[in-house]
Amino acid sequence: MRFNKIILCCLACLACLFVAGQLSAQVVGKATKGAFLLKNATIETITKGTVKGDLLIEDGKITGVGSSVAAPASASVIDCTGKFIYPGFIDMGTSLGLVEVSSVSLTRDDNELGDIKPHMEALTAVNPSSVAIPVTRVSGVTTVIAQPGGGLIPGTASLINLVGYSPDEMYAGFRAIRLNFPSSGARGRRDRRSPEDRKKEEAKKLKQINDLWEEAEFFAKVREAKSKDASIRQEYDPVLEAMIPTIKGEQPVLVEVNREDDIIAALKWIKDNEIKAILTGCAEGWRVADEIAASGVPVVTGPVISIPTRGSDRYDRAYANAGAMKKAGVTVAIRTDQTENVRDLPFHAAFAATYGMGREAALEAITIVPARMMGLGDELGSLEVGKVANLFICDGDPFETKTQIDQVFIQGWEIPMNSRHSLLYDEFLERSPGVKN
Amino acid sequence: MKKYNIIFLLLFAVATSMTAQTEKGSIHIKNGTVITITNGILENADVVITDGKITGIGKSLKAPKGAKVVDATGQFVMPGIIDAHSHIALDAVNEATNIVTAEVETGDVLDPLDVGIYRALAGGVTATHAMHGSANAIGGQCETIKLRYGTYDPEELKMEGAPRTIKFALGENPIRVHGEGNRLHARTRMGIEQVFRRAFSEARDYMTAQEDYNKKMTSDPQAVPPMYDRRMEALADILRGDIIIHCHSYRADEILMLMNVCKDFGIEKIVYQHVNEGFKVAPELAEFGAMASVFADWWAYKFEVYYSTAYNAAILTRNGVVTSINSDSGDYIRHLYHQAGKTQRYGKLTDNEALRLITLNPAIQLGIEDRVGSLEKGKDGDIAIFNAHPLSVYAVPQMTIVDGIVRFDIKEDNNDMRMSVDPEDVDAMMLDYDHDHRCMEGAAEELFHH
Repeated sequence: MRFNKIILCCLACLACLFVAGQLSAQVVGKATKGAFLLKNATIETITKGTVKGDLLIEDGKITGVGSSVAAPASASVIDCTGKFIYPGFIDMGTSLGLVEVSSVSLTRDDNELGDIKPHMEALTAVNPSSVAIPVTRVSGVTTVIAQPGGGLIPGTASLINLVGYSPDEMYAGFRAIRLNFPSSGARGRRDRRSPEDRKKEEAKKLKQINDLWEEAEFFAKVREAKSKDASIRQEYDPVLEAMIPTIKGEQPVLVEVNREDDIIAALKWIKDNEIKAILTGCAEGWRVADEIAASGVPVVTGPVISIPTRGSDRYDRAYANAGAMKKAGVTVAIRTDQTENVRDLPFHAAFAATYGMGREAALEAITIVPARMMGLGDELGSLEVGKVANLFICDGDPFETKTQIDQVFIQGWEIPMNSRHSLLYDEFLERSPGVKN
Repeated sequence: MKKYNIIFLLLFAVATSMTAQTEKGSIHIKNGTVITITNGILENADVVITDGKITGIGKSLKAPKGAKVVDATGQFVMPGIIDAHSHIALDAVNEATNIVTAEVETGDVLDPLDVGIYRALAGGVTATHAMHGSANAIGGQCETIKLRYGTYDPEELKMEGAPRTIKFALGENPIRVHGEGNRLHARTRMGIEQVFRRAFSEARDYMTAQEDYNKKMTSDPQAVPPMYDRRMEALADILRGDIIIHCHSYRADEILMLMNVCKDFGIEKIVYQHVNEGFKVAPELAEFGAMASVFADWWAYKFEVYYSTAYNAAILTRNGVVTSINSDSGDYIRHLYHQAGKTQRYGKLTDNEALRLITLNPAIQLGIEDRVGSLEKGKDGDIAIFNAHPLSVYAVPQMTIVDGIVRFDIKEDNNDMRMSVDPEDVDAMMLDYDHDHRCMEGAAEELFHH
């Protein structure tokens, strides 16, 4: 009996060891920081053309770009002969870190109960250990917006770098509330509401939003007064509190809108209320591209790789949407609106490039354009001295599926080029034991 | 007025039944880079199609009289892309009323007016496997179709002579629909196994009863035949090797389970669909001769695909498993050439290996490789023409040909290519996109998981 117990214990220990061994296979390893000299590369700076030469990274920043850069003796040298360096790609609309397995509701932290919830902070629920993060960053996507969803105001989205052990470490300097702009459109073929009912519902929701803005403006004024006169009382109201930076114009609003007439309605609301806004989605943006361009409101569009919104649309409408808006003069960034396959961002940009946007503009749409849109044009989105060292080395055009991404740096961290996907490949390409041995 | 409608309908029915013969054409494709799949790449070569069949591949060929001439200078000519898992051109996908529905056929619900067919053609696709959904452990029989967009006759979509296939499903989907949804078995992967064992055992008994009757009836005029049962007929045809199983599956354990069941019942023809953990049991799949039709990179949308890798196709290929890349989507079917390209990012497959995943290999999996999947003399004139190498992300499909008939031409086609327009229906954008993932359609309205 006792002996059995000992054996059981031993077995349990063995099982633990086995599990630990497996777990370690899920861990991708440590990032390292320091000085890195990337020598002899073709450097696609985005903002300053193509440079043949070296790039120096020190303390998380780019400290040198040029035909020959002097580096401290301590710098690790990476030979990049025949290789290319690009700035890390930026995806302005994802659920990365918030959703682990989309069909398992308990692993979804992107959709809080309620309709108006600007105080729901995406950053709070970003899981730095999400398995999809390493899978994404080894593709050269270094920085993404993690966005909440659902309701009229789903919450506050945050820009994160895909490295770090806490959400705060990952935070990359941009926050904004999202607004799902009201629509009179049918939700789908099974939507049985009459057009009149849909219109009524739209008007009701718009009133809700306008009321919220009014209340928030008043709340902000009281807050202002309170800062001068401590005797003024103000009740705890997390919703209005969370609206203050938006009301003050310190943050733009990410206005999600896709249908043609809804885009026009949203532009009118933005103009009438002098809102600092960024339109997101804009699946039918090509239909009203001139109006968007005239408003000066920038657009984050995507997914590019998707089907047209109407049966009567040309088969490649979704691919061509970004290019059509860009041609009309709209400032266009590209997003995936994805969770586990944010790594496809360069391919979405590539399809936009192929279908009318052109390669240069498509590259800018996932680098410098989103950086500037978020007020981070001095920090992200191009390879320039003084910018954050978010970049990657590859052996060809990163839009092509054939190209291999060799090394990624995020905030100067040399990222381990592993993920669940590559580790499973390493383990199973030549499985041992196989069938017979 | 009504009378006229009826007369018109009758006339229409007569007319269509008379013209059920599929349209075939002759084309001379000149001076392209011809990717044959089975015989390398030919530069500055011609492909000649006569009455729907390839009759010549080579330099400076002569074409039959009246053949349409296509100048492919600077363009890439490849076999039409084949999707081994699709739900386009279907009015219904799931008969989710029983965990075994082998008697139903998607061939009965083909919709030739689906604009999704045209969109797929615009992505170089010429044939698809119109599959039943994954709600049931043993779903319905599927139809291999050719994308003859333009016909109003559902029968004309069918690829004549293609082997019969049937949809099976393992894991979460049948468990969710039947075990959780209908509160019946199966609620676990243990229960799913028993569904197959019971169904095949019953079919075996049905076959024995039929054989007994056949023997008896020669001597005994009073012999009573067993009751005819379409479900049992279909299952018996699987046991006889007349129907290829295409099984929705994800996890390694359930893949092994079904192979064991097949071994016990002497079934040899099986293609696993999705099969995200196929890479874990690639040696077993290869040994059995089972095949795999996978996504390029979909994972993590449900728990049973959490431990996936985009290197799946590469690992399977390197282990000798006949592998294809499928779409299961009205969106992805339009860029399978791009999806195949991802096997170069994830696993460094060669150009020809990657292109085989969307041409010859799916043809093998559907049992139609003697007809399509490569450019060879005698095969069907199903061809896709691109303006750049089809694995490049900058490639745009230019023309798609089925049986020698041009079904997509980027230079000639209108923007709106719908065949049926309801004047009452306003074609406005829906807020939720038309769901393009239809595997669970009809099983649970709000759940559209692959």
